[in-house]
Amino acid sequence: MGDYLSQTWELAREYDVLGAFWVNIQLTFWAAILSLVLGTALALMRISPVPSLRWAGTAYVNVFRNTPLTIIMTFMVLGLWGQLQVTLAPDFAGNFFRLAVIGLAVYHAAFVCESIRSGVNTVPIGQAEAARAIGLPFLPAARLIILPQAFRGAIAPLGNTLIALLKNSTVAAAASVTTETSSLMKTMIEFNSNYIYGIFLTFAIGYVILVIPIGLLTTSLSTRLAVRR
Amino acid sequence: MADETSSPSDAQSSAQDAPPSTAAQPLGEPLVELRDVNKHFGDLHVLRDINLTVRRGEVLVVIGPSGSGKSTLCRAINRLETIDSGEILVDGEPLPQEGKALARLRSDVGMVFQSFNLFAHKTILDNVTLGPVKVRREKTKDAKERALALLDRVGVGNQAHKMPAQLSGGQQQRVAIARALAMHPKVMLFDEPTSALDPEMINEVLDVMAALAKEGMTMIVVTHEMGFARRAANRVVFMADGQIVEEAHPEEFFTAPKSERAKDFLSKILTH
Repeated sequence: MGDYLSQTWELAREYDVLGAFWVNIQLTFWAAILSLVLGTALALMRISPVPSLRWAGTAYVNVFRNTPLTIIMTFMVLGLWGQLQVTLAPDFAGNFFRLAVIGLAVYHAAFVCESIRSGVNTVPIGQAEAARAIGLPFLPAARLIILPQAFRGAIAPLGNTLIALLKNSTVAAAASVTTETSSLMKTMIEFNSNYIYGIFLTFAIGYVILVIPIGLLTTSLSTRLAVRR
Repeated sequence: MADETSSPSDAQSSAQDAPPSTAAQPLGEPLVELRDVNKHFGDLHVLRDINLTVRRGEVLVVIGPSGSGKSTLCRAINRLETIDSGEILVDGEPLPQEGKALARLRSDVGMVFQSFNLFAHKTILDNVTLGPVKVRREKTKDAKERALALLDRVGVGNQAHKMPAQLSGGQQQRVAIARALAMHPKVMLFDEPTSALDPEMINEVLDVMAALAKEGMTMIVVTHEMGFARRAANRVVFMADGQIVEEAHPEEFFTAPKSERAKDFLSKILTH
């Protein structure tokens, strides 16, 4: 048993497991920022007074929330790069990385949008009416009054989306990002199949260690930042 | 005191013999006008052919049973409720559709809500300075000074750095009045400003409103507070089932209502 663990440990050092996790963290970081921006814009569209914007926001959410991530990621490479020659970086690896980030972002933006919208629902309608009554147009009212309160009410669902995003970043393998964790895990198993459980455990525990702090942080933030009414 | 033959249109002249507490300033030109206003909520006809003119400096109290449309009327004046037909003019201008022009109009119309609606994530001071700084583009320093003066005036100057949830209902509502005043409004709308308050806090809010009335602010007040109506109003409008049933000087209305509907309503609220 002790022998098995120490052999697995040797493997993990041999194969740069930490480097692979670092790739997933980077994918998550950039996709989180992009999806937060895009998701906020979508949420604004869905609560805006303009019917066509509301319609477009709803359509986006329904399309991307209901499409499997693997299909989106495969499309990023085969559709955008393979067919349309969309190139976002001069080297292959960089290009696939960025395409993967965009694929993750457009998919998770739909969930971010719905999280923020659930936060908007925690803001009493009177807040928006008071903002309009002092003469704030829609966008300033949203920026100054509605969204700051909505984000505080949306921290927990946004945290769940971030957790899902971190784990879903392994689907970047479908966008030909070969250095990330799930690709490395497959390679390691391929060449060291007698250590298969040890390799599985290594990656599973790695993700648990990454995800637990996110959950703890969002839970404490959502109680600490809650708007008192 | 009001003679039996006087019609509502004479209310102004009979106001001369009214108790001295009533605002004495001469009334100016029409500031808010509603012409043949109609509104439905589904099948419910909540405003029926409303015609109403409020003059500059006038204090109008709207009274009536719940569901009579008085809140809707109040909210329609700054287009928080849209209307189906008719027109509403503020200072001679028809209410604009959504957009910049509407925002500009709303900045000239102060609104005080039943549930205060202070911005929950901002301090008392920031609640009052937000409009002047973000809408009127005043300098933050000037806006702060004026906000503190206004907060002092409504008696909550020492609470300026607290959050709304730390204040009592009466204090919150007085802050809401200060927030509206900070915009230099042409007219103030009060939508049942004391209905959500504990009894001991009602007077502190009514006192602020009465002082405002005395200074000549044009006010449209939806309320059940007859003491306030008698003390500060130039005119009472009684609404029932979406219609204006009766308009009169407050003293005249409360002592000698003409319509059966008003007599019935007053008998119900006065016997307590």
